[in-house]
Amino acid sequence: MFVYADNAATTCVSKTALDAMLPYLTEQYGNPSSLYAFAQKSTEALAQARADVAACLGAEPREIIFTSGGSEADNQAILSAARLGARQGKKHLISTAFEHHAVLHTLKKLEKEGYEVTLLDVHEDGVVRLEDVAAAIREDTCLVTIMFANNEIGTLQPIAEIGALCREKGIPFHTDAVQAAGHTPIDVKAMNIDMLSISGHKFHAPKGVGALYVRRGVPIFNLIEGGAQERGKRAGTENVAGIVAMAAALKESVENMEANTAKIIPMRDKLFAELSKIPHSKINGSLEHHVPGTVNMCFEGIEGESLLLLLDANGICASSGSACTSGSLDPSHVLLALGLPHEVAHGSLRLSIGEYNSMEEIDHIIEVVPKVVDYLRNMSPVWDELEKGQRPHLI
Amino acid sequence: MALYSDKVMDHFQNPRNVGKLDDADGIGEVGNAKCGDIMRMYIKVDDNGVISDCKFNTFGCGSAIATSSMATELIKGKPIEEALKLSNQAVVEALDGLPAHKIHCSVLAEEAVRAAVKDYYDKKGIAYDPDDFQIHDCESCQS
Repeated sequence: MFVYADNAATTCVSKTALDAMLPYLTEQYGNPSSLYAFAQKSTEALAQARADVAACLGAEPREIIFTSGGSEADNQAILSAARLGARQGKKHLISTAFEHHAVLHTLKKLEKEGYEVTLLDVHEDGVVRLEDVAAAIREDTCLVTIMFANNEIGTLQPIAEIGALCREKGIPFHTDAVQAAGHTPIDVKAMNIDMLSISGHKFHAPKGVGALYVRRGVPIFNLIEGGAQERGKRAGTENVAGIVAMAAALKESVENMEANTAKIIPMRDKLFAELSKIPHSKINGSLEHHVPGTVNMCFEGIEGESLLLLLDANGICASSGSACTSGSLDPSHVLLALGLPHEVAHGSLRLSIGEYNSMEEIDHIIEVVPKVVDYLRNMSPVWDELEKGQRPHLI
Repeated sequence: MALYSDKVMDHFQNPRNVGKLDDADGIGEVGNAKCGDIMRMYIKVDDNGVISDCKFNTFGCGSAIATSSMATELIKGKPIEEALKLSNQAVVEALDGLPAHKIHCSVLAEEAVRAAVKDYYDKKGIAYDPDDFQIHDCESCQS
């Protein structure tokens, strides 16, 4: 059985999105900037997509800038706020320790340029505290950027509360909503969000397309110069087919959110319930504030990459925050931010499921994971020491 | 191209000589859990100084398990002096290569063998040059 359980990494393109985009690759390929009637069909499609994406987020069409994806949107939002801040003598930014690298690396770059960055603690449950945000705000704070939902553990942050606080203090607030859009309700107006990033391929649109919402009145600077597209805020001929697909996919996800959630939650709960029976395992992140499909657990005494390879051999696609899969010597910064010891974080597994998964697939995962964990533990000297009491169990 | 060669995948999925030797003459353990890999090597040495049996336990990624497995194959049945000559490069070659960031695993395998031999020498009271048994600390653990 083949089970795709890595929907937080990317998703399949939905039939609705594919059908919507295909004409703009073959028949309606005109450049939206061209004058003739043929190309105006692309212009109209772009306008409709903008209106649809805006409606899904509670925004106005003119507040949407289409980008190449979530990383570009994050970069533009942060660098723009930083540049504006510098003009006002404000060079302090607030974020969290477990943001996506598109945010963290951009902040690192700003630090090298003389900005100060406060990374808030996300506590053991992976949820930022409003009082921590309030305490971190300074006279010279030019941006608060806090993710809507964490990509590895799926925890939702108190976005509406943070938005209200920032609005009250007059500080721009950006949220990386790449893992939230299409999966959990978003209303940029009600939540007092000034800037918000989304990425199409996380909700069944193709890769390479995303959007940045920028509230009307919030100044935004370009990352890419060279044309008047996107109201002059993002040059480059629009990815019309991708944008149309993203709008169709987001609309579909938002319209079916309740039904999808109702389908995903029982599958997720079964995974948690059954995999928690594995001794010395741990669920990472609060289950109270959580996107529907993400399951993140640690299994003591094993290492994540070998776990993934064996799951792959059993047809299961998943991911891990172990050092070997992160490409560095340290395990996932998200799991370390929760306070997990390195040796525990190395044994992490993320399963991210969606509405395309079935209970039969969940049962397959539940059958395979305990066997694989057991197999790896039996050859693990760490597990041997844990069992003999020569090393204390940490979970 | 796949991350690992077929040989690596074979030794990972069907590791040779996994387990423990209760009557081992030498046991070597290298690496640490914080870094994400530990190898423990058990050797049994016969009266002629030949490694008659060898087993391993490994906590780590696919290539850590595969290099352990290959190392046991390369030293089993060999005189102890020959096992000491096992280089990480020989392990890598026998596995048809490793990705650059996994070479570290082959170094651990080499060092696990040396640590087991050193333990055997210590137990038997056999003299040796300590310089031949230096274990490299891994970079990330020094900070």
